[in-house]
Amino acid sequence: MSEGIDQPDAPLQADQVPTAGDLFSKFDALIKQRTDLLASGVTDPFSLVMEKVLSPTRAICNGRDTILLGTYNYMGMTFDPDVIQAGKDALDNFGSGTTGSRVLNGTYVGHKACEDALKEFYAMDHAMVFSTGYQANLGIISTIAGKGDYIVLDIDSHASIWDGCALGNAEVVPFKHNDVEAMDKRLGRIPEGAGKLVVLEGVYSMLGDIAPLKEMIAVAKKHGAMVLVDEAHSMGFIGEHGRGVAEAQGVLDDVDFVIGTFSKSVGTVGGFCVSNHPKFEIMRLVCRPYVFTASLPPSVVATAATSIRKLMHGSNKRAHLWENSKRLHGGLTEFGFTLGTSESQSAIVAVIMPDLERGAAMWEALLHEGLYVNLARPPATPAGMTLLRCSLCAEHSADEVETILGMFERAGKAVGII
Amino acid sequence: MDRAEVDERIRSLIEPFNKKGVAIEDGTTFAGDLEFDSLTVMDFVAAIEDEFDIIISMNQQAEIETWGQLVDAVCKLQAR
Repeated sequence: MSEGIDQPDAPLQADQVPTAGDLFSKFDALIKQRTDLLASGVTDPFSLVMEKVLSPTRAICNGRDTILLGTYNYMGMTFDPDVIQAGKDALDNFGSGTTGSRVLNGTYVGHKACEDALKEFYAMDHAMVFSTGYQANLGIISTIAGKGDYIVLDIDSHASIWDGCALGNAEVVPFKHNDVEAMDKRLGRIPEGAGKLVVLEGVYSMLGDIAPLKEMIAVAKKHGAMVLVDEAHSMGFIGEHGRGVAEAQGVLDDVDFVIGTFSKSVGTVGGFCVSNHPKFEIMRLVCRPYVFTASLPPSVVATAATSIRKLMHGSNKRAHLWENSKRLHGGLTEFGFTLGTSESQSAIVAVIMPDLERGAAMWEALLHEGLYVNLARPPATPAGMTLLRCSLCAEHSADEVETILGMFERAGKAVGII
Repeated sequence: MDRAEVDERIRSLIEPFNKKGVAIEDGTTFAGDLEFDSLTVMDFVAAIEDEFDIIISMNQQAEIETWGQLVDAVCKLQAR
């Protein structure tokens, strides 16, 4: 094994200063920040390994039985027996992979069945499955907004949305997070005749807050813009049928494109776009992140389709997940933690840390208690915040939520945050 | 509005963002001299957009590194 692997980010010694032209020197500041953090003695929060996964809510991490509160397994579908059986059957009958693009040899009956399940789930005319949710945003945004068009988007948009903008040739105009008036003004200044795409998210995953989609979509439509909503963090959970925040706010019919993922509530991997646009199917030929990559393995689309169909009937689980989210939010507020939202708006409860050092210390203290949460830090977070993000699962029992609260109280006191 | 007037109006807008009171000339850079991070850039750009009723897209922002380039860009945009 090379020394490079033992000491991946070792700081440069004076005699090792790279000659001009080392393309890695641009990462020096980040390497130093990481080295300093690890030198303080905390466990590296970004290299946790799960040795065994026991259920949607428990795993063995560093030899310890750990409650998982930092996954996106909102509906707990990863160990559903029907989902697993569907995957096994597809492996047996269709093999381990397609080895090809959707538009060549990579479309099996399972891919069509998965798209049919999505059309039914959303009650929409068209569905297109991508290999990841990232690629769904990358592909749809970069393809539909072309040169001379304008993309108006929330400044706190997910990286995949920004990368979709960067891949395309449209003019990119951000506005302040969830600020309807700022969005309205920017749309009003776009030159007449230019195409407009408004990109919003249902749930913003860093703070777990939702968008005022009803107001925003009304404004977008007033300006004649098409609307794309990323419902990655709401699918399966928010809205009567689990179709997301747009459904919950009664405006799903006004959304032109819904982007989603299989890697959260659905419990596998993959991404999609659903739409009622009459010309939508042409996307399959012109969308490069769809065309120039291998399609999902048969077992993945089989588990996804089975899971999506089961999520249609998940209203009891949805109700329990809301109870969990409200209880955790209420309990943490009572302890005196600062949270990302004043009330629970989604399955994500974000605990705001005073700084990265104490955030990492708190993260480690929780891990020692037997609780895994997500440590999020800039640049992924808004306003340079360090967050401990808790994402609840419908399979967390009410007792488990109380156990989690006890762990937070002890760790918060030990680290001196509460 | 002539260039001097545009310059003056943006100068009044940058004040709350120029926390260290850096002296601003045409060659002053936003990332280097003024140490603007991406959030400051967003708020500052929004203030200019509202003042002049224009859009400065991120594509255009990428071309603007110095104060002089910003004033020139705003002059051009509001002339449209």
